[in-house]
Amino acid sequence: MKRDWVILVCGAAAIGALGWSGDNYFIRLLTILCMYATLAQSWNFIGGFAGYPSFATAAFFGLGAYTSGVLQNQGLPILMCWGLAGLCAAVFAVLIGGAILHLRGHYFAIATLIIAEMLREIVNTTPNLTGGGMGLNLPILRISVDVQSRVFLLAMLVLAVVTTAAAILLQRSRLGFGLRCIQQNESAASILGVNAYQYKTAAFGMSAVFVGMAGAIYASWVNYIEPPDVFDILIAVKPLVMVLLGGIGTIFGPIIGAMVLLALEELVWRNFLTVHAAALGVIIILLVLFLPNGLFSLLKDLSAKRAKQ
Amino acid sequence: MTVLLELKSVSRQFGGLNAVNDVSFQVSQGEILGLIGPNGAGKTTLINLITGVHPATSGRILFDGQDITKMRAHQIARKGLARTFQVVQPFPKMTVLENVATGALFAGGATGLKDAFAQARQHLEFTGLGDSVDKLASTLTLAKRKRLELAKGLAMRPRLLMLDEVNAGLNSMEIDDALRMIRTIAERGVTIIIIEHLMKVMLSTAQRIVALHYGQMIADGVPDAVLRNPRVIEAYLGSKYAAAHSGSSA
Repeated sequence: MKRDWVILVCGAAAIGALGWSGDNYFIRLLTILCMYATLAQSWNFIGGFAGYPSFATAAFFGLGAYTSGVLQNQGLPILMCWGLAGLCAAVFAVLIGGAILHLRGHYFAIATLIIAEMLREIVNTTPNLTGGGMGLNLPILRISVDVQSRVFLLAMLVLAVVTTAAAILLQRSRLGFGLRCIQQNESAASILGVNAYQYKTAAFGMSAVFVGMAGAIYASWVNYIEPPDVFDILIAVKPLVMVLLGGIGTIFGPIIGAMVLLALEELVWRNFLTVHAAALGVIIILLVLFLPNGLFSLLKDLSAKRAKQ
Repeated sequence: MTVLLELKSVSRQFGGLNAVNDVSFQVSQGEILGLIGPNGAGKTTLINLITGVHPATSGRILFDGQDITKMRAHQIARKGLARTFQVVQPFPKMTVLENVATGALFAGGATGLKDAFAQARQHLEFTGLGDSVDKLASTLTLAKRKRLELAKGLAMRPRLLMLDEVNAGLNSMEIDDALRMIRTIAERGVTIIIIEHLMKVMLSTAQRIVALHYGQMIADGVPDAVLRNPRVIEAYLGSKYAAAHSGSSA
């Protein structure tokens, strides 16, 4: 556990230092990395620890983006808007979770899949409040572009660190312990006194709060949001791929996965624009077939082998 | 003796099947009750009803005077009713110690993870798994998995422990060990309901036996009387044998 904290602090310091000295393209990449890490880490709470495959990430992201966008246009301070976006996403997740967390496996996945579509329709039909299909402009920060890019990197970095810290704390907590039991055998967990419903709902709420804030920061960062952008199904699929890539149910697996996926996006996908969705599919299939425990498990195996020699 | 568990005309239907049909009996504090019946008689279903895995279709279940019929599984577990599963259900990706700590943490009143692990160690020593604490549960042999189930149940600090075929599939030496353990647990004041097909186990542990057949209770009494009961013999061996047997012994 101590080692986890050391890695977290060192990693955050490294990204901060790199960002401070890098050019704006590099800063943009690091900001996206931190955002991806937050999304992946958040998905891991419900999908990894509790074993409930959620596609609600896009819903929480878009909800956070729109909550913050609408509130900011009402003149509320930006930090308060980001916080309220997280709160709003978490409350929404707890309410929705209460209705769908009795579903298991594929049924749960399908139920979560429609949440983003539902929110997207709500935004589309309320143009007076949200701008509808026209999208929503956010107030522009009156600071230089160079400073702005660094401010948003810092914001995303802090969010990613907080989310990872939550994962570290969760792993050694009563809640985390109960979620691992639920993941492996829910009915046996209930018989041992685990309040499965309450724990799953808590995990679902945790998987929403930081995503909502990430959506809010993203909205402020890009200044303009529209439904197809922030409720994009890829926002729900990518975190899942990142976690599978890195290592499900681990602390740093999601972050490793975020790095690898971002690298793939930048290096491969921009050269194969038309087939990148197919590439994503191929990666998922290869992962499930050949590396079900992710890259992180590969690292672990290697270090275990070295220790034996 | 005070009544710890009371079933009042408890029934459970699965579609058109009466898995448990109008069953009523009481279990006193400190008693060891045996539950017998041929395969499919409804023994495990009855345990599932008591522990809240399935809700009863009708009837009431009282534990220590409190109605637990409508309670959910985790609430019943925290009241002090523990069980083992006939088909063992460990958490495969957890160590043996973690498996047992779960029971201590969520139902056994452990104050935190540290306390739960300390308590789990004691229960593993008692059940003879002290040397396997750090092994993954999925790597244990069947006999050890059965003992792991027992340790998990004990970690919940139960007042009533239900043992669903903890001896099935074990050799006779392992059974003797298990029986010694069960008697020790009973001596500590834990009330026990034991389901078993092995008559040797029943006769040497149970003080009273309830027999089920097609979901109905067909006998309730001291072991010798229940095992001589013609309806019980008929349930196990058929009506012809029962007629011949009760004819010759009468």
